[in-house]
Order: sequence, then structure tokens, then C-alpha cells
Amino acid sequence: MASNAALTVLRSAGRGRARRREWVAVLGRAVRTSRGATGLAIVGVVVLIAAIGPALAPYPSTAFVTAPFANPSLKFPLGADTLGRDVLSRTLDGGWQLLLMAAVATLLGVAVGAIIGVGAAYVGGKWDTLLMRAVDVILAFPQLVFALLLVSILGPKIWLIVLAVAISHAPQVARVTRAAALDVCERDFVRAAQILGMPARKVIRREVLPNLTSVLMVELGLRLTYSILVIAGLSFLGFGLQPPAASWGLMINENRIGLVANPWGVLAPTLLIAALTIGMNTLTDAIARASLGVGRQADDALLPGLVVAGAGQ
Amino acid sequence: MTAGNGEAAGRRGGAAPGGAGPMRLSVENLQVLRAPSRGRASVDVVDEVSFRVEPGQVLGLVGESGSGKTTMALALLGHVRRGLVIGGGKVIVDGQDILPLSPRELQRMRGRQVAYVPQDPSSALNPTLKIGTQLREVLAGYEGDDRARTQRLTEMLAEVGLSTVPGILESYPHQLSGGQQQRVGLAMAFACRPQLIVLDEPTTGLDVTTQRRVLETIRDLCRSYRVAAVYISHDLAVVAEIADYVAVLYAGRLAEVGAAREVFATPAHPYSRGLLRAVPSLDRSQVLMGLSGQPPRPGSRPSGCFFQPRCEFAVPECEAGQPPMIEVSPAGHRARCLRAVEVAALAGAPDGSPARPAGAGQTAPLLDVRGLSATYGRKTVLSDLTFTVPGHQCVAVVGMSGSGKTTLARCLVGLHPTWTGDAAFAGQPLTAGVRRRSGDQLRRIQYVSQNPYLALNPRRTVGQIVEQPLAHFEKLSASQRYERVVAALTWAALRESFVDLYPDQLSGGERQRVAIARALILEPDLLVCDEVTSALDVSVQAAIVELLRRLQAERGLSMIFITHNLPLVRSIADHVVVMNDGRICERGTVTEVLEAPKDAYTTQLLADVPKMTVPVGEG
Repeated sequence: MASNAALTVLRSAGRGRARRREWVAVLGRAVRTSRGATGLAIVGVVVLIAAIGPALAPYPSTAFVTAPFANPSLKFPLGADTLGRDVLSRTLDGGWQLLLMAAVATLLGVAVGAIIGVGAAYVGGKWDTLLMRAVDVILAFPQLVFALLLVSILGPKIWLIVLAVAISHAPQVARVTRAAALDVCERDFVRAAQILGMPARKVIRREVLPNLTSVLMVELGLRLTYSILVIAGLSFLGFGLQPPAASWGLMINENRIGLVANPWGVLAPTLLIAALTIGMNTLTDAIARASLGVGRQADDALLPGLVVAGAGQ
Repeated sequence: MTAGNGEAAGRRGGAAPGGAGPMRLSVENLQVLRAPSRGRASVDVVDEVSFRVEPGQVLGLVGESGSGKTTMALALLGHVRRGLVIGGGKVIVDGQDILPLSPRELQRMRGRQVAYVPQDPSSALNPTLKIGTQLREVLAGYEGDDRARTQRLTEMLAEVGLSTVPGILESYPHQLSGGQQQRVGLAMAFACRPQLIVLDEPTTGLDVTTQRRVLETIRDLCRSYRVAAVYISHDLAVVAEIADYVAVLYAGRLAEVGAAREVFATPAHPYSRGLLRAVPSLDRSQVLMGLSGQPPRPGSRPSGCFFQPRCEFAVPECEAGQPPMIEVSPAGHRARCLRAVEVAALAGAPDGSPARPAGAGQTAPLLDVRGLSATYGRKTVLSDLTFTVPGHQCVAVVGMSGSGKTTLARCLVGLHPTWTGDAAFAGQPLTAGVRRRSGDQLRRIQYVSQNPYLALNPRRTVGQIVEQPLAHFEKLSASQRYERVVAALTWAALRESFVDLYPDQLSGGERQRVAIARALILEPDLLVCDEVTSALDVSVQAAIVELLRRLQAERGLSMIFITHNLPLVRSIADHVVVMNDGRICERGTVTEVLEAPKDAYTTQLLADVPKMTVPVGEG
């Protein structure tokens, strides 16, 4: 009987955990603010365009369908580009790869950065110094220059661009997570796990990381914005998808000579990229604000204890 | 209860006996409300509070966390936290009600007529400005030219006993000690000769020696400049040391008010009585009696008397309604309890707190430490410590902050892996770091840390937290683990229903019990408790200490109990180790050390401990 009761309670404990997953809570709270809702709506629209656009495109994105720089008409709502291809079709088709690359690069960069940052904070001492100085060296290169350097040496391969962008994110993420993790690593529940002789990997996974959720969420949002800009920028400079493939960054470059003849060739991708980054930034801002409220209850209760805790070294 | 009673209470005369003198501060029927917001009705946080303070007198405002102390303190300055509003009443300072004043008038008044000393001096001072600059800022409103101000500045420093500190005006806050910082705060508060000064736990976090000196300074300044002071604290011993009158706050209402001597000698409210019994005494070894339960939060207060669910004196009539303030003595001692006179009469009789049973006799040492030294970088923190912990007994380690107590705890549990010296645990050598210890040693030495608010991972349930050591060391099925978790929770006096709760749903005392349950689940032989009660209220502290004492006796635990609170040692320990500056300056049995200290440092420590001026319920 006791074990039956036990199982029920353990299961309900599982439910409790799901109910209180922090990232869900933070996201929920962020989206309920007007800032978060606006950001999410903008991002949602652009992502939707990029995702289902290829299926909706009226013409193949590489087909020459009319005169170069043809004005918008009923048949070609956004006119034609420098080679007489349909701007609408190219716009609809040119986003998904950018988004996918940005997402993968961001996830990779944040993951690597978080591992370095949390590891450095947890281990401390010589390793901390060593890792952080290495990070400083990479940080000395501007992000875009660093990515350009790699791509121009090794050639414009998609995986390389993703990797280059990810590597350029990692040091910044490492810095931020290290700062946040330093505080968590000093807390007594981490020590309580350490004195059991738990391996570092387990302590980090079970005790430290769950307390960095909101920091990592904000980092993800922020880095995603940068990824989009850097990848679109690389694409504009000719690194990335190669012609004749459609890509927003590439389109801006191809069509800028016809800015007067048919501005839509530049305007459409520019607007989408701008909307995406602004929306992403707004959403991230809302998440950052929402995460400030998380755990406030616990912090309030610290008031009398903290002073003593500080004095007890 | 209706407001009428509160008014009546206010009219009957405040805390001041006789009530003939001019009042510096007169609070009448003060009410602070939580402003109604989405879906939440307006609830009172503080209500029906009336008291008076004469010039030169100190009123101690006492209560557990959550009783509304800080809300009261801020309301005396005409300020409320965001989300609160002042619902009614008067705060009369020198004949003028300050509550109707405009924000501008209030600002002019603050600092000049009414001053405030916050709890944490280090956060009250601007870290980027020199002390001199900050002190001069306060004097901006002071009449006279530069010379007069410099003159005044020197006086201020002398008043708070800082004039001997070289170069103090050119120092930055971080270069001063906590006590010196708090003195700067006092100098600022007294700078413009206010009529009223509100002190919000100004000595929390200071060690007893510093605390005693700060308290003396406050009392002297209040007397010499005829300043009325409201001293807020949860520490009854400190209030007994400084206050002329005491007001006990419970759930936003005054439970009892009166002259300090009377309230401490004959507490008339069961709540005050409970609080007093929870204070450990330096003079005798007693079983501490905590108050069960917690103060109710605004909005979820019980019907009738707010204290009735926790009250050992409750009778059916208590549920009928808020009891009125009842006069206990003609000198102005009043309590909000139907049985106030009865309760007060009980105080003279021997109370129920029995003497603590003596620990087991001398046994073989479980832990034997010889010549332990430890450093942080180049700084030596511990040097050459030698002591033993006998089996089934409790050794208290006492000393001021900075004496190395916490480092010692961390060395013993293996968190500070760079110490030298020999330590043997149950006959086996104890290595310095956790990694080189055997699983057996890791299991048998457990640790409870200082701050329960940092000790539990906020993302895990109590069940998961308590289960963790078990899951790490033993392969058990989920239901076996669950049974052990429930057993450990029971040892720590927690119910099974706690397994699903998260730490932020628990009070400080409950969190500390969870931390204790986590330490107990592996059934260790040695429990290292590092200042486990320093972040808790007196009544909760009593309950936790009593729990530890009982566990130690029943389960045959050995314990190292680290504390800066000397009276607590009496209630829990068999042996004492007194530390000063990383060295052991005295060790022996509790009776030897506390009653006949040989070392000058121990003597000084004992002299500085705030003592209840009136012994309570001596049996």
C-alpha cells in the first residue's frame, strides 16, 4: 500500500515539475505582455513566410519570367529582378535557408558557449583563467570579420558559414553564462551535491544549469538576432548561397543596381530581415523582463539572511 | 474588530506610563493597506496600531518576519512600498501629523525631523563616494557656513565614536568594517538633530561586540539629544538591552505594548510569552520552546484573534472576534488577549521549559583533529587547530565573524581541499578533499549550511532534494527511495505532503528542516551544522535547535554546531571550542567555558552578549 501511494506521489511530483518548467513559465509571461506579443507576432509572420513561402511561390525562383526590373503588375506583384525573375517568388523562397542556418548556428554557438562558461565558473582557478583568456582572444575579432576570415580561407560552404557564426557567438555566450554561473556555483545546494562526491558533470547538469534557464533564453534570442544579421550580411557579400539560388541577403546585393527601376527587389528582403530582427529583439527584451520576475519571491526572503551569510566567511 | 476599539486603545494612552510628558511621537490607529489590484481585494497589512514615545526614550518594535515591522517603520516616515497605501490613522511627530503632508514637505521633513537607519549599512552607503562627501551631503540643509559645517562634521564623528579612525573622511565604504559603516549611518541619521529616529534592525549581521557598542551609541545619542527612537528587531535580547518600551507586533496588529521591564517580566499575550521562551539563555541549559506554525499572511488571517490557531491559551471565545486591547497594569501595559491578566499572572510562576537533559558520558572520539591549518591564497585562515568530537556528543564552535568557523566546517566536509594537518574519523585518516574520501566517509559526515534560502535548489521539489544523496549512494527502487524520503522528512518533523512542494513555497524554518532531512537521509554519524539558525527568527531558531538536540540524543549523532550565538551553545552543546582569528583560544565543556572562562577573549565575548535584563520565568 505504501509503495502504491509512493508511486502516485512520485508521478504527481513529475506533473508538478512539468507545470513549473521555467522556460515555459518565462515564455508564457513574456508573451502575455504587449511587448512580447508584438515581438512574437512579427517573428511569427516572417517565419511563416519563410517556411511556407516556397510552396506558395507562383513561379520557380530561378526562372526568367519577364523583363529585368519590370515594374510591379498583376502578374508579378513585386515586379522582376535584375535578370527578369519574379521578386515575389524569390522572396518567398529565399528565407528558409537563412532562418535554418541562423537557428542551427545559434543553437550550436549558445551550447558551446554555455558549456565553456559554466565549466569555467564551476572549475574555477587556472582553468577559468585559461578559458577566459582564450575567449578574450576570439572576442578581439569583430564577429563579421571573424566569420569572413574563416569563409574566405576555406571557401563559402554552408556548413562552414554555420560553424563560423557559431564559433563567433560562443565566446560572448561563454562570458555571460560564466558570470551568471559564478553566482549559482557559490550557492549551498551546489556544495551539498559536491560533498556527496558527485562528479562535476552531474552537479552542473542537475544543480547549476536549471538555474541558468532564463539567462540562456535571453542569450538564445539575442544570438539568433545576430546570427540572422551576420548570415544575411555574408550572403550579401557573396558568401553563402551561390547564385542563382534565392536568398534575402543575396537578393539585396543583386538588385541594388536597380534600386530606382524596381525598388521591391531590394525592399522586400530588406523589410523582412528588418522585421525579423526587430521582432526577435522585442521578444527577447520581453523575455528578459519576464525572467526578472522569476524567483523574486525567493530573493525577497533572503533579506535578513544575506547580511549574515556575507559576514560568515 | 472595528476601528472603534483601536481608537479607544489610542485614547487610553500609549506606551508611556503616566503619559504626562510631551510626546515626540504619537501613532494613532495607523492602518496600511495593500492596494486592490487585479482580482485581489484590498487587505490591511498593518491596522489599529497606536503607541507613543517620549523624547529620549526608545520603543522596541518586535515581531517575527512577516509581522509587518518594516511596513510600520516606513509608514512612520510617511512612506509605503509600492502596492501599499496608508489607509488611515495619524503619525504625529512633535504635534504635527505627517501623513497628510505633500511629498515635497515630507522630503523636507525626512532627515531633519525624522531619520531612518536601514538594516544593511553596506547597501545604504554609496560605494563610489567617500564617507566625508556623503556626510557633508546630509549637512546640506544645516545652517551656517563651511567652517560651521566642518566643525559639525567633527562633532558627528566624535558622537558615534569614529573620530579616532584615521582618514575616515577620505575612506570609501568598503574600507570600513560593518560596525563602522553602521556608525556612519547613525552619524547621518543624527546629523540634523531629528526629533524621531527609526532604526530597522541596525545590528543584524554585526557580531556581539560590535553590536553592543552600536547599541550603546544609539542609547547615548537618544538620551543626550532627547530623540525619540523606534527600534525594530526580531531579536528580543537586543530589544531588552536598549528599549524603554516594547511593542509586540503580530500579523499587523499590536499584540502587546508596555514598559520593557513589565513586558519582559510579565508578558501578558501568549505570543510575547512564546517569543520570550524561545530566547536561549546564557545562564542555564534549557529545552528551547519554539512557536509552532507561522504568522498568517495578509489576506489569509484567521477569524477571531489572529493568534488563536497557534495559541496554547485559546478558548472558544477567541474565535468570536478580534479581542480588544486589555489593560494589564495601570502603567500602560496592554495586551490584545482575552486572557491577558491570567497570562501575565502566570509569568511569575515556574514555566514549562525544562532543563535540557545532559548528554551521554565521555566516549571515544569520533573525530580527532590535530594541527589543522588552512589558507586562502596567501592568507592563513586557520592555524594549528586541535580538538576532538566525542561520539554521540555535540561540540559547539563559537567565534566572531572572520574567526574561521565556516572555513573549518568546509575543511571537515571536504569543500576546502587545501588544508594540512591530521584528522582521523572513526579511526580512519580523513583526507582533505571530497574526491579522495571513501564513499563510506562521505556518507557518514553530513553538512547543513548557513542560509536555508541558498541551500535548496529552487528548481527541484522537496522530494527530489531529499532523495538526492540516497540516489547517489544506493541503488534502490523508486518506492524504497520514497519510503526513506518520508522517513527522513519525519525525523525533521515535516509531513509527507512536503515532497511535492518547491522551496519557494516553504518558510525559512521549513527550508532548514528540508536541508536537515537531506543531511539525515543517509543516517550519518557526524553532522556539521554551520550557523544553521542565523537567518531565522528567534521562535523558529528555538524549534530547529530543539529538533537538532532531540535528533542528536535519539539517533546518537555527533554534531559540530558552529555559531556566533553563545546562549544557543547552552541549549545544545556538550563541549565548546572558542575561536579567535583562526586559532582556538579556549576549549572545554560548556559549563567550564561559559561559567569560568579562562581566556580573556572568551570573557569579553560573554560580557558582550545581550542579556535579557529581566529573567523570564525562572523555575
